[in-house]
Amino acid sequence: MRSAPVSATRLDLLAELESEAIHIIREAVGELERPVLLFSGGKDSVVMLHLALKAFWPGPLPFPVMHIDTGHNFPEVIAYRDEVVARHRLRLVVASVQDYIDDGRLLERADGTRNPLQTQPLLDAIAAGRFDAVFGGGRRDEEKARAKERVVSLRDDFGQWDPRNQRPELWNLYNPRHRPGEHVRVFPLSNWTELDIWRYIEREDIELPNLYFAHSREVFLRDGMWLAVGPYSSPVRSDAPLSKTVRYRTVGDMSCTGAVESDAATVADILLEVAATRISERGATRADDRVTEAAMEDRKKEGYF
Amino acid sequence: MGGLLRMATAGSVDDGKSTLVGRLLYDTKSVLTDQMEAIERVSREKGLGVVDLALLTDGLRAEREQGITIDVAYRYFASPRRNFILADCPGHVQYTRNTVTGSSTADALVLLVDARKGVLEQTRRHLAVAALLRVPHVIVAVNKMDLVAYDQTVYEEVAAAVTTVATELGLGHAVTIPVSALEGDNVVTRTTRAPWYTGPSLLELLEGLPSADDPATENFRLPVQLTIRPQDAARDPAHREYRGYAGQIASGVVRRGDRVVVLPLGRATTVAGIDTADGELEEAFAPMSVTLRLADEIDIARGDLIAAADAAPEPTQDLDGMVAWLHEEPLRPGRRVLVKHTTRSVPAIVRDISGRLDLDTMTPEAAESLQLNDIGRISLRLASPIMPDEYLVSRRTGSFLLVDPQSGATLAAGMVRGDQAFSARATIDVGQFWAWEI
Repeated sequence: MRSAPVSATRLDLLAELESEAIHIIREAVGELERPVLLFSGGKDSVVMLHLALKAFWPGPLPFPVMHIDTGHNFPEVIAYRDEVVARHRLRLVVASVQDYIDDGRLLERADGTRNPLQTQPLLDAIAAGRFDAVFGGGRRDEEKARAKERVVSLRDDFGQWDPRNQRPELWNLYNPRHRPGEHVRVFPLSNWTELDIWRYIEREDIELPNLYFAHSREVFLRDGMWLAVGPYSSPVRSDAPLSKTVRYRTVGDMSCTGAVESDAATVADILLEVAATRISERGATRADDRVTEAAMEDRKKEGYF
Repeated sequence: MGGLLRMATAGSVDDGKSTLVGRLLYDTKSVLTDQMEAIERVSREKGLGVVDLALLTDGLRAEREQGITIDVAYRYFASPRRNFILADCPGHVQYTRNTVTGSSTADALVLLVDARKGVLEQTRRHLAVAALLRVPHVIVAVNKMDLVAYDQTVYEEVAAAVTTVATELGLGHAVTIPVSALEGDNVVTRTTRAPWYTGPSLLELLEGLPSADDPATENFRLPVQLTIRPQDAARDPAHREYRGYAGQIASGVVRRGDRVVVLPLGRATTVAGIDTADGELEEAFAPMSVTLRLADEIDIARGDLIAAADAAPEPTQDLDGMVAWLHEEPLRPGRRVLVKHTTRSVPAIVRDISGRLDLDTMTPEAAESLQLNDIGRISLRLASPIMPDEYLVSRRTGSFLLVDPQSGATLAAGMVRGDQAFSARATIDVGQFWAWEI
């Protein structure tokens, strides 16, 4: 038998954040009928799944996980996803951007980026699964529009977010009620920072896709970011590919997620790196967030994650 | 390192709050290079001579276009001594709604006052909201000291006016501090430009505040969120017979073997075990999320309360509360609502509006209805019982929401008055503000 995780009656930061997230996850499950958890294999969704499994222990996860597959994912991440799903005997729902492009419902963008194309398959999959609560790994420290979003955030029947007309969220009383056709996005990690996520991964010894750690990769420089050479992203004549020791700070679409030069091979190394860094993870590695000052807000309004 | 501190900032129009928040983030090195470059670029494009730190917090398109702050924004920063969650509450639109929201979770409220303008109507309202929401620490930052040449007399006049209002409200503990958010004086580092001020900087003050309540002094309450009963779906066959009650401890401490009562049923039993996914615990305390096993088989569902047997609240179908009305459509007696209290939601009818508080004169007055941003006192009749504590004793089990049963919209933030709810500490000194009879 263990004693309480800290001395006296005070939780440390990670224990407090964990307890808050578990409370939020249980609330959504207690109040709504058909939740689903968005699972990309990215570190935030991995932490969210870890918390959800803890929330219902020793019971099974009482909802499926959903992956919006852009068709441009890193193969390591898909392998990781399938391994996690099998290990925890999860139900996996996949919505495929490639299917939409193949049958003409979506058009490939000129820049090849598929992140903005995820919105339609996501909304369709939510409607098809009649999901009323969609857990996302969004954090308020990521981006300015996210800083204003509620923990439990209403989406109208078009999946849209209305930032100017959000419900006030008071105490720890989350209100997920909505009309038929609407749904809520639930962000249990709202109050976590990137550093908190990494410290928690270290404390809980959570396994991640290996591309978060330093490895050798063929990359080329575009718009100040190192992009992987692969089937979905290849250098034009001017940017010559190089072999570099890199890692990824976020996991997304191969065509627009940049690697950073890094020797960080363990979580402890990454913690040192994150604590010392002076560039935000989205600024460093997401081409899609650089388009305009309000790129994230505009995508969120349309129903993006 | 001190515990997590949840704080809120509020202020009136143009008193430099976004700049103060920007300064706190910037001077604690919580702003990363690319974020700084982005606001430098925007400041240049707007033709501003200096970097507008307010751009760090005004995130929405409409906010940047109109140069205003619309909604509560949450910011995260850390000093070497402490982690902070900051709820930045705008003063422009819907300020009562925003300040109520930000204050509801805050351990500390930092209220800005312009040194040139002193205490304004909105300052009084913000302080009233802080008193009503029972924010444990209130700090008034007298800002723009650079524009009054760091004049001690100016500061002391403002500080005296703040103290007068705070005393009127029963807020005995409002601290004042002279700052210039623009110049960075006394925000993170102490200034040399006001040698007559010998106190700490704002950040030093915040670092030193005791956080939240001490669970050891509270009565145990666990509102049940879910029953965990995996049966054949158990991940480990050993847990097929498992039956536990999951929830976040709202207040107090629980130990294995404690006598508890399950409400509203009123059945007494003993805590057989305290479980988490990491293993069994000998004791647990607020705000831990745990799963309790009980010695007796009792029919328990979401919305029930497990409480200390010797200090349990009394289930009631009559609720008397102060509410901040947060919806466009006014509240009138006879309205049907849902009361959301801890994990329990019950239908209710608004029986009576006892009155509203005039926040400018701080006096109660009769009212037929409550309008958006009004604070008033109402009584409700509930379709089934809830188990409240008074808000003065517990922000967790003394707060409630009113929700529209059809649209699901959040209509009001409510605080339970002590009149009808049993409490061992009902004799607590409630101060002037709460003593007012409407």
